[in-house]
Amino acid sequence: MTQTSANRMSSQVSPVKGTSNPIKLLLKGRAFFALIAIVVVFSFLSPNYLTVSNLLIMSSHVAIYGILAIGMLLVILSGGIDLSVGSILALCGVVAGALMQGLELKPLGVILFPPVWAVVVLTCALGAALGALNGILIAWFKVPAFVTTLGVMYMARGIALLQTNGLTYNNLAGRPELGNTGFDWLGFNRLFGVPISVLVLAALAVLTGLMLSRSSFGRWLYAAGGNENAADLSGVPVKRVKITVYTLSGILSAIAGLVLSSQLTSAGPTAGTTYELTAIAAVVIGGAALTGGRGTVGGTMLGAFVIGFLSDGLVIIGVSSYWQTVFTGAVIVLAVLMNTIQYGARGVRQ
Amino acid sequence: MSGAATSRPAGEVVLAARNIAKSYNGVKALKGVNFDIHRGQVTTLFGENGAGKSTLMKILSGVVQPTSGEIVLDGQPIVFSSSTDARNHGISIIHQELSLAPNLSVRDNIFMGREITGPTGVNYAEEERQVRRLLQELEEEIDPLTPVEELRLGQQQIVEIARALSVDSRILIMDEPTSALSATEVEVLFSVIRDLTAKGVSIVYISHHLEEALQITDHAVVLRDGNMTAYAPRADIDLEWIVRNMVGENYDLGNPPAGHDFGPVMLSVRDLTVPDPAGGGYNVVDRMSLDVRAGEIVCIYGLMGAGRTELLETVAGKLSATSGEIVLEGKEISHLAIGERIARGLVLVPEDRQRYGLVQTMSVGQNLSLASIMEFTRGVFTSIKLERALVQKSIRDVTVKTDGPDVPIGSLSGGNQQKVVIGKMLATDPKVILLDEPSRGIDIGAKAEVFRILAHHAAAGQAVVFTTSEVNECLSIAHRIIIMRRGRISAEFTSDITKEKIMAASGEAVAA
Repeated sequence: MTQTSANRMSSQVSPVKGTSNPIKLLLKGRAFFALIAIVVVFSFLSPNYLTVSNLLIMSSHVAIYGILAIGMLLVILSGGIDLSVGSILALCGVVAGALMQGLELKPLGVILFPPVWAVVVLTCALGAALGALNGILIAWFKVPAFVTTLGVMYMARGIALLQTNGLTYNNLAGRPELGNTGFDWLGFNRLFGVPISVLVLAALAVLTGLMLSRSSFGRWLYAAGGNENAADLSGVPVKRVKITVYTLSGILSAIAGLVLSSQLTSAGPTAGTTYELTAIAAVVIGGAALTGGRGTVGGTMLGAFVIGFLSDGLVIIGVSSYWQTVFTGAVIVLAVLMNTIQYGARGVRQ
Repeated sequence: MSGAATSRPAGEVVLAARNIAKSYNGVKALKGVNFDIHRGQVTTLFGENGAGKSTLMKILSGVVQPTSGEIVLDGQPIVFSSSTDARNHGISIIHQELSLAPNLSVRDNIFMGREITGPTGVNYAEEERQVRRLLQELEEEIDPLTPVEELRLGQQQIVEIARALSVDSRILIMDEPTSALSATEVEVLFSVIRDLTAKGVSIVYISHHLEEALQITDHAVVLRDGNMTAYAPRADIDLEWIVRNMVGENYDLGNPPAGHDFGPVMLSVRDLTVPDPAGGGYNVVDRMSLDVRAGEIVCIYGLMGAGRTELLETVAGKLSATSGEIVLEGKEISHLAIGERIARGLVLVPEDRQRYGLVQTMSVGQNLSLASIMEFTRGVFTSIKLERALVQKSIRDVTVKTDGPDVPIGSLSGGNQQKVVIGKMLATDPKVILLDEPSRGIDIGAKAEVFRILAHHAAAGQAVVFTTSEVNECLSIAHRIIIMRRGRISAEFTSDITKEKIMAASGEAVAA
């Protein structure tokens, strides 16, 4: 569903006319063809690659940075960047871990054990607050997005380390007598055989796709990212749009943090290091322009799956993790090169 | 035309343009222009905004390449691959927009790109010595080590001039060199120009201040809509001749729509004061008041820097005023955001359509519907059907020539892009329409259509305010003409208007 609405959007704004030309078709659907190629090559190299169970395991890995990438897409569409998502993920994970261990209220002399739903709500609120901080600094105080989110990235990581003193919360299962069990549901349970984390990703992608293609907010976002001045003069509340996208990115980072700590049944302050870069890579491979105003959820999801299926595939066929880094880097450079060719050609032709 | 009565004999031709044409995005800026530059003499180009003066100068100085035609230097056809190439042939240009690096010092700006180097790197002492000599020649007391950003605009213009002089060029092109200079500074510049021409340097001069240019020029060339319309030596011409050739005789953009009465006052501006948005420390709009009635078309004429743009941007909510009131239909709106003002029926079509009007990443339809998104939003979602209907209506309303609403906005011609910007704001069904230079950079046919649309909307009871720097446009459809000068209204006409009166009130020329 996201796919179709996303494709419709991209065909509306795509400068490449007449998809009958095979080269243009290849260029336009590059992330899709790259994913097909990755699946075909690895199925050929390893018989275990193309099995339902492996695809589902790989997808549950993709879920983490897929969720981050959705937030990153919104920020990049607005013409900004969010470097703080990996750190917010870690801080939110650690705070969730701490809440599961019990919230000690010293003056009252009691230890509260909030139920899992309350942990989830509080964690998302923390992510939203950090995201809103980013957004307010960027929209109202005109601090460049790169610097703002770099600062918040350090602060959130530092607070996460302080909170745990560098250690990791290991026991997140909760205790039945306290009524706070079920935290592992996000990471381990399955619905109709599909991991919950993958369903969460799918639901978020569909919702975001609808928001981008069908809501007035989506149109505001594309306009503000495409030309902030023109959007402003057309009555688009540009500042509100910016604060909203960073807040959403913060919430999505918190959700990713919950999913990750649930999958690992532990919450560590160093989780999610460099995940912001993976998320940016997914968005870029998905065809979004870093200058803002161009990009779709469908593309970003393809980008996330390209990165995830590539690195897991390399693990399965036993390639060193150092090579994985090299391959991922090459894919990113190639993707940006293709973006330049697609959007650049338009400028030349005019 | 013959140069029989020239004050000085026409020198030999050093540089000539032969049938030069140039198109940008399908818009013809120059349509086959011929003209000569004589050794040791000043040739002045006259023409309104968009006549093609700056384009022609950019071609002669190698900044842009002509679409067709050739440049002849000393009798030999030549192609300049870049401005550096032209500079190596002895041609330099003083640009209309300053091209200085504000963070660097005066010395470093003057020698930017051609630093004097010695065995120990850049020879700063020698550079400084040369800069001091140049500035002395221009009678300007500026320390060569001052960063350019600390200078006032006029001094920056002097630095720009000093840079061009430091190259020892044979041909010096000056595009509006005096727009920010004081009267004394202009006098100094003119004496420098006389010294240069005495040494055999040829000057090409462009200015909106016609009288000023007449003091210094030896030849006059007039451009209109990309064509050269007249050429004569100084002795044969006067102010009236220039104005007549600049604006043309048979140039009809329509008449003010008649047959309807004006309604109540829709927009009322009271004592509006706006400080310079660039931080210049003065007021660009100075205690200005203005009333516009329903059905009325008001034209605001003025030179660059007169405060027209800032006035409209403040009324629309982009800039904020330090004092004064903006009243729409009897309600004070100064505190409202741009979006809220649009919702109440006040819209602005900005001057620079690429930077402020269009979202290049969006389609024609999405651009047209951008200001009225809430109109076709039902609950959470936008209605595709309602948006289609709105876009189709807009395309018909402002007669956009497009292959449908889904093509990229960049595929349209300049005139049609401008109609999209106008159509976007008209789609909100406004009560007051402000347009800043709605005819800039579009061809004459599109201009006429834009004015026809405005006349139509005024007849339907909407109040229209537009600015222009072309006299003819004021004379065509406006019911009332307001002349702005230095942030204030310097004159107001409702009838018995002539081009000369308008130009005199704007400070462009003193009526003969």
